[in-house]
This record gives sequence, structure tokens and C-alpha cells, in this order.
Amino acid sequence: MSSDGIDATRTAPAAAGGPLAAVEPVPGVAKPDPILTASHIRRSFGGLTAVNVDHLEVQRGTITALIGPNGAGKSTLFNLLTGFDKPNEGTWSFQGQPLNGVAGHRVARRGMVRTFQLTKALTRLTVLENMLLAAPGQVGEGFFGAFGWWMWRRQEQANRERAMELLARFKLDAKKDDIAGSLSGGQRKLLEMARALMVNPSMVMLDEPMAGVNPALVQSLLGHITALRDEGTTVLFVEHDMDVIMGISDWIVVLAQGQVIAEGRPSDVRSDQQVIDAYLGTQHDEPQGAKTEEKP
Amino acid sequence: MDIMMTLALSLETAIGPIAAIYVLAAIGLNMHFGYTGLLNFGQVGFMLVGAYGVAVCVTTFGLPLWVGFCVSVLCSVVLALILGIPTLRLRADYLAISTIAVAEVLRLLYRAEFARPVTGGVYGRQSFADAFYEFNDRVGIIPPGSYGIGDVDFSADELWLMLVSWACVALALGMTAMLMRSPWGRVIKGIREDEDAVRALGKDAFTYKLQSLVLGGVFGGVAGVLIALNQGNITPDQFMPQVTFYLWAMLLLGGVGTLWGPVIGPVIMWFLLTLFDETLRSLASSGALPFLATSDSGALRHALVGIALMLLIIYRPQGLVGNRKEMLVNVK
Ligand SMILES: Nc1ncnc2c1ncn2[C@@H]1O[C@H](COP(=O)(O)OP(=O)(O)OP(=O)(O)O)[C@@H](O)[C@H]1O
Ligand SMILES: [Mg+2]
Repeated sequence: MSSDGIDATRTAPAAAGGPLAAVEPVPGVAKPDPILTASHIRRSFGGLTAVNVDHLEVQRGTITALIGPNGAGKSTLFNLLTGFDKPNEGTWSFQGQPLNGVAGHRVARRGMVRTFQLTKALTRLTVLENMLLAAPGQVGEGFFGAFGWWMWRRQEQANRERAMELLARFKLDAKKDDIAGSLSGGQRKLLEMARALMVNPSMVMLDEPMAGVNPALVQSLLGHITALRDEGTTVLFVEHDMDVIMGISDWIVVLAQGQVIAEGRPSDVRSDQQVIDAYLGTQHDEPQGAKTEEKP
Repeated sequence: MDIMMTLALSLETAIGPIAAIYVLAAIGLNMHFGYTGLLNFGQVGFMLVGAYGVAVCVTTFGLPLWVGFCVSVLCSVVLALILGIPTLRLRADYLAISTIAVAEVLRLLYRAEFARPVTGGVYGRQSFADAFYEFNDRVGIIPPGSYGIGDVDFSADELWLMLVSWACVALALGMTAMLMRSPWGRVIKGIREDEDAVRALGKDAFTYKLQSLVLGGVFGGVAGVLIALNQGNITPDQFMPQVTFYLWAMLLLGGVGTLWGPVIGPVIMWFLLTLFDETLRSLASSGALPFLATSDSGALRHALVGIALMLLIIYRPQGLVGNRKEMLVNVK
């Protein structure tokens, strides 16, 4: 992908003069208005410590990228923060409320919605049904409420309209009546992201949202993500494509072997020697190295 | 026995109370497996607690039949909770193992010597259904007499039970249809596809699975009540694991995850089974097949079900009314 393409669509990161301008680029630094705060999160699988984060804050209303080599613990950290896995120790809170021991679905209801690295399309439901399922606070969702169709019919109609708008944004509106299992891999990624937005989250956590999406569509996805931020949604995403990361992020957190080894604005991270050693290092000499980094 | 008689008998079975009972239990199983993806290999356990609910209440405790019915429903709910609460947070296989084990343990408990004062042990319970048929005699919904066309023929009592059984089926079908067309049903189907995805969208998958288990279990329990009413006596050993597997075969035949699959499946299966049994019996008794004893028909019947299922899975894996496209997507 050419980096000119990125430049054409990206909007300037909010950090340029934004709330993160004065923040010191050191690991675990405090942010002026954190939406998510995590401390001493540790998760071991047997002898392997997959995640060991001392302190991490995510600034509200920004796009934060989480990067790091394969196996760095990014997906595991996502699982821990969203209640899909339990840490051995650690505390974390979202919008000021502690999330320790809160079940995954409750985390989502509080406004933190995640997607999965391995896409989870609901294959035998149609694309539109996938979207409608995600709508929050449905009257007809309760066992007894389900029988009172006159009570939820109007709400269903409103949800349908919102779902169609989102699907149109992600170029899936023509597919609305196809079953999700018939979508291609990239289309499933798009559907999963659209579906997460259907929940009206205050923070979305996207695990490699661009993997397998074609370059032209990546451009418009980036547009959507910046638009989301501009509407006030906080975005935390995992990505391996450095052009994408540098172009769109307000803040970058670098994870290696489970630890935050650096964080800062794109310009800070790009020149950080530790990051170059751990992750970016080979990129300048052998461009293909960025994605298949061996663990140091 | 001529062909017309055989066909008439098969038809009687296919629309008779037993078929209706299996349809009802299969609708429950379809709610579990077809819509929610729960592997229930112990549907017969729900039928057992349902049947014994009325039987024990009426005979042991001398309570009215309707109280027995309420107890049956309650027992089904409790059984579903006992099965579901410990296992539904775990992987799907745990429920499967628990259901098959608990259903069998229940049968052994109900037939145990120490349970005899309550359940009658191996002898079961008799003559508790009188009030059900007396109700019809008194109110006269189906006046005494014989009903039918040609060789298909039912007594008033049979017709009364058929009416009630198929009414239960209609009610269960109506409920299922309403639920599955609602947002609740959408979440349930979502859970079948991928529980974690649904959870990530803020839906409490555990509660939905438990609700589905209870609802399908109650359908099974009511089917048990109807078994008790149909026979007028019950023994624990009629609730063997085979019943569950017949239900599975019927559901697969009809079409998993469809509204009408669990109705079509048992009806056609009972028609074919009776046709097969009767044909075999008449051939055996006429001496046309000298190597075949009448008593062999049971074993042959199982072989037939096996062959039918094999053919079905090879040529029509989605069942009679299923959607092949949806079926194949899962393979991908
Ligand atoms: N369930 C598990 N059991 C054992 N080990 C695990 C488990 N999940 C993750 N790990 C280990 O934890 C480490 C971190 O894995 P994780 O999936 O978080 O990496 P990642 O940063 O998302 O990598 P990628 O960029 O490849 O997606 C890996 O070494 C992995 O082997
Ligand atoms: Mg990952």
C-alpha cells in the first residue's frame, strides 16, 4: 500500500494540539482524562507470563494503537480488560468504575465493546440480523417481552434503520439479507466492526480490524475510525501495519513480552530506541520483517 | 392383513397421541439443540419427571390431577435448573454428559427400593388418569362413540387425549414461533452460532441458555404428563435412554432448527415404523418368510431406523424441511 493513499484520507491526529500534547511519552504515564485505567495486570499461562502491565491509561476521545510483535500479549490484554479472561492479579476501571470480576457482557453494557482477532460472524444469521442482535436495551430481548410484539415493533424498526445506515457506511447494505456465513473474510471483519458500533459504545476495542481488508477499503475504514473519534468515541486498536498506525493514532502503546515498553505520540514512538529494537527494528532494512518479527 | 388395514393402522399411529407426545418432546429438543445449540441427550429425563409428577401426586398423595400437572411442570423447571446452572457456563460437552447421566440416574432413583413408597419402585404407578377421562365424560367435549373414516378409527377417550395432546403441540409451536421471531429468538440463535460474540455485544448468554433449557424441558415434561395420561400407568423402565435417541432421530429427520421439523419428523417416523412393523408381522404370520420369527421385528426395526438415518445424513443432511444452504455454511 502506498503511503500517499493514507495521507489523502487521514485527518490530522487530535493530539496535534489536543489533550495529549503535554503528556510525557514514558510507559505508564498518567493522562489528563483517562477513560480506562489499568494497574498491575498480570496473566500467566503456566510458566509463561503473557501480560504484565504495570500501569496503563487510555485517554478519552482519542485513537490509541496497541502494537507489538506476535505473541506480545495484545489479544490477551484485550481479553482481560473486557472480562473474557481473568488476570492473576490487577485492577482496572472504566469511566471511573472498577471492572474487576465484571462479566464480559456487563463490560459491553457499560460501553466498552470489543471485536475479536479471529472474526466471530454469526454465520447462520443474516447480515441484518447480526446487526439487529447487537442493538442495546431491546424490549423484545427478554423472555416475556418477546411475546409482546406490539411493544417492540417500533423499536425494532428504529434499530433496523440505524443498522442499515451503519451497513451502508461499511458497504454491506447490499448484503443485508445474505447469511453472514456467505461473506468473505474481509467482509466479516467489516460486519464485526459495524456490529460493535451498533451497541453505541463509548469505547471500542478493535483487534486487528484491517487484517484481510483490501487497501481501498482500509482507507474508508480509517475514515470511519477517525469519524468515530470525532464523534467522541474512544478507540483502542491492535494493528500491525505501521503506515496505518502512524497515520491515524493519537497515541501509541508498545507491548513486548507482556510489558508496556514504550508509549507516546507516533513521532515519539518512531524514534524510540527500545521500540526499534523490539518491534520496528528490522523494518528499515527488511520491510517484510515488520510482520514476522522473531521474539528477542 | 390387507394393505389398507396396515396403512390405516400406520396413519392412526402417525396422528395418534403417541406421535403427538413425541412431537411435543421433539419441539423441546429443537429449542435446545436446533435453536440454542445445547446438546441435550437426556430429554427422556424431563419426560420421566413430568409423567411421575402427575402419577405420584394423584396416587401417593391423593391430590387432584391439575395439581399433579403443576407439579410436573415445576419438576421439569427444577430439573432444567439443576442441569443448567452448574454446566452452562462451561463448554458445551459438560451439559451433554450431565443430561445423559442425570436422566439415567433419575430412572434408577425412581425405580429404587427406597423410593417405592412414593414412586412405586419398579412397579410404577397405576390408575391415576381416571379423572382426566371422567372430565370428558362429564363435560361431553367428545361424546362417547367411535370416530373415524374407513379403517382409521378412534374411541372417544383416544380422541379426547389426541385433542389435548395436539392442542399442547399447537401451543408449544405457537410459543416457539413467537419467540423465535422476536429479538429474544435472535439472541438465542446468535448463541448457537457463537456465544462469545453475543456476550461481547452485551447479552448475558448464560441466562438465555438457561431460559431455553427450562422452556424445552417443560415441553418434555408436559410430553411426560401426556404419556402418563395415555397409558394410565407408568413404570420407570419405559424411560430408557433410547427414547431420547428416538427423539433425536425424529428431529434430525424432520429438520433441526426449523419450526416444522420436530412436527414432521415424529409423524413420518411413527408412520414408517408402524408400517414396517405391521408389514413384517403379517409376512411372518403368513409364513412368507420362514426364517423370520415375529419376535425379530424389534431388532429389524432398529436396523431400519439406522439405515434411514444414514441415508438421510448422506442425501439430505438438513432434514426434510431444513435449509441446505444454511446447513452447508456450517461446514465451511
Ligand atoms: N489460552 C492460552 N493458553 C496458553 N497460552 C496462551 C493462551 N492465550 C495466549 N497465550 C500465550 O500468550 C502470549 C500472548 O498471546 P496473544 O494472543 O495475546 O498475542 P498477540 O500480541 O495478540 O499476538 P498477535 O499479534 O499474533 O495476535 C503468546 O505467547 C501465547 O502463546
Ligand atoms: Mg492477537
